[in-house]
Amino acid sequence: MIKKNTNNRKGKVIFSKFEPFTALKKALDIGRSESIAEIRESNLKGRGGAGFPTGVKWNLAAVAVDKEKYIICNADEGEPGTFKDRVLLDEYPELVFEGMVIAAYAVGANKGFLYLRGEYKSFLPQLEKKLKEMRTENYLGKNILNKENFDFDIEIRLGSGSYVCGEETALIESLEGYRGEARNKPPFPANVGYNGHPTVLNNVETFATVPHIIDKGSKWFKSIGTEKSSGTKLLSISGDCKKPGVYEVPFGITIKKILEMVNAIDTKAVQVGGASGHCVSKKDFGRQISYEDLNTGGSIIVFNNKRNMLDIAENFLEFFKEESCGQCTPCREGIPVLLEGVRMLRKGECTHEYLDDLLSLSETMKLASKCGLGQSSPNAFVDIIKTFKDEYVLNENNDIKEKIFNAR
Amino acid sequence: MHDEKKPFAKDTSRAPISQRAQNTKESEKGSISNMVKVIINDVEVKVPMGTTILKAAEKVNIKIPTLCHHDDLCLAGVCRICVVEVEGEKTLKAACSYPIIHSIKVKTYSQRVRRARKNIIQLLLRDHYGECYSCPKNNNCELQNLAEEYGITSYKFGHTDAPRYEQDLSSYALERDMDKCILCRRCVRTCIDVQEVGVLEAINRGKETKISTYLDKPLSDVICINCGQCIDRCPTGALKEKNSIEEVWRAIDDDSKHVIIQTAPAPRAAIGEEFGLPAGTCVTKRLNTAIKRMGFDKVFDTNFTADLTIMEEGTELLGKIKKKLKENDQSVSLPQLTSCSPGWIKYIEYFYPDKLNHVSTAKSPQQMFGAIAKTWYAKMNNIDPKDIICVSLMPCTAKKFECEREEMRASGYQDVDYVVTTRELAKMIKQSGIDLPNLPNSEFDDPLGTSSGAGQIFGASGGVMEAAIRTVYEIITGHEVPFEKLRITPVRGMKGVRDAEVPIKKAVDEWKFLEGKSLKVMVAHGTANAKKVMDMLVEGKLEDYHFIEIMACPGGCLGGGGQPVPTTPEIREARAQAIYKEEEGLKYRKSHDNPFIKKIYDEFLTEGPCGHKSHELLHTTYTPRGKWIGEDKKAQNK
Repeated sequence: MIKKNTNNRKGKVIFSKFEPFTALKKALDIGRSESIAEIRESNLKGRGGAGFPTGVKWNLAAVAVDKEKYIICNADEGEPGTFKDRVLLDEYPELVFEGMVIAAYAVGANKGFLYLRGEYKSFLPQLEKKLKEMRTENYLGKNILNKENFDFDIEIRLGSGSYVCGEETALIESLEGYRGEARNKPPFPANVGYNGHPTVLNNVETFATVPHIIDKGSKWFKSIGTEKSSGTKLLSISGDCKKPGVYEVPFGITIKKILEMVNAIDTKAVQVGGASGHCVSKKDFGRQISYEDLNTGGSIIVFNNKRNMLDIAENFLEFFKEESCGQCTPCREGIPVLLEGVRMLRKGECTHEYLDDLLSLSETMKLASKCGLGQSSPNAFVDIIKTFKDEYVLNENNDIKEKIFNAR
Repeated sequence: MHDEKKPFAKDTSRAPISQRAQNTKESEKGSISNMVKVIINDVEVKVPMGTTILKAAEKVNIKIPTLCHHDDLCLAGVCRICVVEVEGEKTLKAACSYPIIHSIKVKTYSQRVRRARKNIIQLLLRDHYGECYSCPKNNNCELQNLAEEYGITSYKFGHTDAPRYEQDLSSYALERDMDKCILCRRCVRTCIDVQEVGVLEAINRGKETKISTYLDKPLSDVICINCGQCIDRCPTGALKEKNSIEEVWRAIDDDSKHVIIQTAPAPRAAIGEEFGLPAGTCVTKRLNTAIKRMGFDKVFDTNFTADLTIMEEGTELLGKIKKKLKENDQSVSLPQLTSCSPGWIKYIEYFYPDKLNHVSTAKSPQQMFGAIAKTWYAKMNNIDPKDIICVSLMPCTAKKFECEREEMRASGYQDVDYVVTTRELAKMIKQSGIDLPNLPNSEFDDPLGTSSGAGQIFGASGGVMEAAIRTVYEIITGHEVPFEKLRITPVRGMKGVRDAEVPIKKAVDEWKFLEGKSLKVMVAHGTANAKKVMDMLVEGKLEDYHFIEIMACPGGCLGGGGQPVPTTPEIREARAQAIYKEEEGLKYRKSHDNPFIKKIYDEFLTEGPCGHKSHELLHTTYTPRGKWIGEDKKAQNK
């Protein structure tokens, strides 16, 4: 039996003291539009990483005219280096579910899904048990808490291990029974989502934040964090540090402070936001975690001086090569080219000219890929190439590329 | 915006919502308050809300390159070649799938856009195995055109010199070369949405993604109906027909062989496109000249046996109507379904095997021609049928499969030896150095070259029905169908499923029991539409219908899988117009008026339509295959 390390469960919002389902009762009291207004006022933004204002999203779905609306909780936590949703699902499931019920009430949805990462299957019994309890208590079911015509229930669906299914539209495709592939946007799920109906899709952490906001008010929430990034963020911190784990920190915290918090020494670089995020070098450790500066879905990976940065770039690209859905050209075809490029760099076979080609390709992938996976796949590569120039040597012989390609 | 012209039906589409076309509510269409202003490269244009950037740009003659987009298909947005700048957006947007819902400013050729497109083309070329000059799509390849347009002179990210996949040559009709595939998924969308067959789908992920069949089985072992619609929409040379050009040349070169060719009406209305003529140019008689100059011994008209088909199929229909309605024999299966389209036949054999009793037993015109050529024609001209090589020019890839069916050997030999598609014959004409557009006219040879307009219109959806009604109605009533210039317009057009009634007035004595009743008919094209009709049949909703025409391809034969590429709703419409126009100029307009049809029943098929000899030569049987894959390989192939 693995002992849970719950030492870090201290924080101003999510890990703060909370009486379950009080927020739901309050939401039902103040009404739909007031609930949405509260979330809007609070400036809560999507915690999955994209940072779309939650209140705006809810409002879009609320005003959409349709008899069927859906709430989906994205629990397909797949970004390398994140494990904070896991903690929420394991230790605070009622908070997540309560957030979903509030969302359902606010937008007028009758059905919700928890799209659970396949690897988190072990949580299934306890989550189902929690849902069952909620049904008994009438937190789910018909006329919830005697609110007439407010019927809502939650179904748990398991993912099958595809990273791209964490992208909201690919997740919906997967829920509908198709290959997990991103859709064209617009239309956005808030208008055309699950089975074509308006759908609110939020991250586990976003839903877990909602009850606190409804309970304690948007003013309180806005007093935490920075001007543009209200509240706190759960970080999953791993890598070369003494105290890895899940931490709740207010937005605005600097990398430097985080490193102190987890007792990291000789740190060379920090990967913020997982494989699709950015690689921050020492000179930028003064930058802060926030939507306006360094945005992250929660993953913080610490690298110390012993690490080879090209190793890291190669590792991330291998990951993306495996996980690209194969739908659009820039991502499907571009990632293997970058991966091959990193390997050429490591062998000292990459020329200046070819590196420029690779950077131009990276730009194309960022600009032209269909979904966030493709768009962010070259991030780490570009950061490492641009920031850690002393970790590779370029080949001055321009003929070498031809030779390598011909031998391929 | 769901376009009526698109050959697939929105309600039956199995495509994920993201990949269906955007819907604007009917009531909103075209209303002024729902028009939005777009500025594309400083040109202003107003379009209905929901119009894509691609379509808005077309309106002001700005071309945006595409690969995965096709006017017949739902959206994909996967190749990303059509990316453009939308002011205020961080990333580039795919013009093909970006719906305009408010006023936007678009740049279609900025530096970022050009660079992205070049890089994307480079990526596509990286693993595109093979050289253009050894590709069947050389000179008609969308990837090649783009590479040329964007000045690709070297392979920036390398270029493969080894194949990754084995070619699938298993089918009688189609070949797949996945080394040429760029994963645009047009074939997938065609097979699923236009045809409702769904043989092709993307498998695996990332770089391993490929278009595959069920369990990656060869095409001959899965439920492919051989329609070739995927070929018509493939932007590269990844999909092609099984080529018979060399076999036909060999036969022509062999002096001991008497090589005859039948030409179907649909290729004659389309082959000009391969020579730069506008779509909708009928070159029937110029083609006769070309064929004779190429060394074929005789050129005949499939329409002759189309007339024969009407006589046989019409008689079969009348017999069934009489049995069921007059003699009250409930074992008779009405409505009768047409049997001309071999793609459709394979479709019903796979998907509705227990409804095969509804299908007319009459062979298709191509196969009737083969059987007659190697019997009646051979005897008349004193030629040993073993020395006759019977070639047919067809708009169709499924015909290649049809002629190989075991049932199609009524003459004692394979009735039709080789089928060449419109595209293949065009290549042969080019190889012969013949300038088709500028040739003089020649007539067909007799006796299998005289036909009526009724046979001619078999090339368009609704044509078989119209031809049948012209004859059947006259048999029942003794007078011509009451339509101006014999144009039975209710069965014409491009609507997916068409429903029509022809009231019967003044029936002759034999058919008095039909007086005051109506001949109820239905027409469907594209097997997605066929599925709709068949589901109604299964549900018992078509009990009072008499005759239903089904063609596997959108638009009928003129939109066949062997026709010139590209195909669009506009091109198919133009071909249809050409076919109807040519038919009105013909001497005979009804199958039973064709003097050589009278002659064949007088001299050869003396027991008349559906007589003993007809049954031997002109009728066939079907195989209830079902959708089980791999269990009985033979049942799939033959």
